[in-house]
Amino acid sequence: MSMIIMIIYYIISAFILGMLIWNFIREKKSTNDMLLYLLVMIPLILRLLRVK
Amino acid sequence: MKKERNIRIVLIVVMALVLIQAGIQLFQHRHYQIPLVAGPGVTKVTNLSDYCEGLKGTQADTLVFFMEGKEPGGKLLIIANTHSNEPAALLTALIFLENAVVEKGTLIIIPQFNHSGSRHTRPGDGYPLYFEIPTSWGSKQFRMGNRDASPLDQWPDPDVYIHYPDRQLLSFLDIRNTNRTWPGRANGALMEKVTFAAMEIMRNEGVDLAVDIHGAETMFPVTNCIVAPEKSMRIATMTSLTLQAREGFDNHVEPSPKGFRGLSHREIGDYSETLPFLLEAPLPFLDQPTGPKTTALLLDGKDPFLLKLSQKKKLFVPYDENGWPMDNRVGQHCSAVLELLQQYSRKNPERAIQVLQVPRYAEVIEKGVGYYYHDPAQTEKKNVYFN
Repeated sequence: MSMIIMIIYYIISAFILGMLIWNFIREKKSTNDMLLYLLVMIPLILRLLRVK
Repeated sequence: MKKERNIRIVLIVVMALVLIQAGIQLFQHRHYQIPLVAGPGVTKVTNLSDYCEGLKGTQADTLVFFMEGKEPGGKLLIIANTHSNEPAALLTALIFLENAVVEKGTLIIIPQFNHSGSRHTRPGDGYPLYFEIPTSWGSKQFRMGNRDASPLDQWPDPDVYIHYPDRQLLSFLDIRNTNRTWPGRANGALMEKVTFAAMEIMRNEGVDLAVDIHGAETMFPVTNCIVAPEKSMRIATMTSLTLQAREGFDNHVEPSPKGFRGLSHREIGDYSETLPFLLEAPLPFLDQPTGPKTTALLLDGKDPFLLKLSQKKKLFVPYDENGWPMDNRVGQHCSAVLELLQQYSRKNPERAIQVLQVPRYAEVIEKGVGYYYHDPAQTEKKNVYFN
């Protein structure tokens, strides 16, 4: 059961990462927002790559 | 439009550099193998997963060393690195592993109990990734681990951790803490499986004594002590008094609280015939009001802020400009384990455990911890294990 929940969390992480990338691409004006999207992506990428 | 695109590219490149640079270091740390030299006393090496199927193939599986004596007797289990950011435990276990000769009874050693915890750290708290112990043949490098298992191996944490079987509500983080998941269960979370496997060793092998080695903050009252439940109290008290009288260091006895569940010194005693003991030595590195968390602080325990607090009598242990060096902490643990054995053997001669070639407090301080480690490159390959 715990393994299934873990897999679901990885899927959720991938989904959130996808949304962040989409927002980053769509952002046209604010450099601050672009930077924030990238910063929030870091822990998600590290988790999905199973680094940290 | 072009300016926007350039900004976007610059930001992506900066993030990629940060990610790659940090990611490589963290990846290498997680996969760094520590060579463990099995000394002349080792007779059998197994895995923790042999006692709980669910650990097979996971990062929570770890090596279990058996040192069987020439004569039958009692059995002692040494559990080290329950918290992998308290490395005096591992260093003590390795002194036993590399040097001990068991005359009577059996010694069972699990050097990296929370194996998953030893493979991640706290870069956010400025923890170093590694530390080194000087030896006569060079430096032996160790991974600096964390208190809890890695979320890469057990994730997510619940909102509240409900302890099994008592259903006490504990902090969410403690579901990854192998000193809160005792006695564990075979079908629980990964760290519950780890403690369950250790319980199985104790139940199946008929272990008489279990010693769980730790380190604690100097500002925390439960430090520099032996924690014991009612059934272990007599041996713990005799050990404490003997150590103070003969070897001159304090190691007072703390009673294991009945109402606080999940701890080794409580659950091992309640769910098996084994007598549990938990050893704590002061570890200034873990205190909050210190300077940077460097390897020097980890090894020598010297910190100017703790010194000031000591002068204001805010610490629970004596503390001066000499700090609290690793040699002292490991020496204390070696003496405490040997004295527990002696006291137990005196009371139970038919289950006596006799261990030779392990140094005591004064000897470890005089020669240094590294003196007792052997060069893996000069050791027969069959005696070198990677953990």
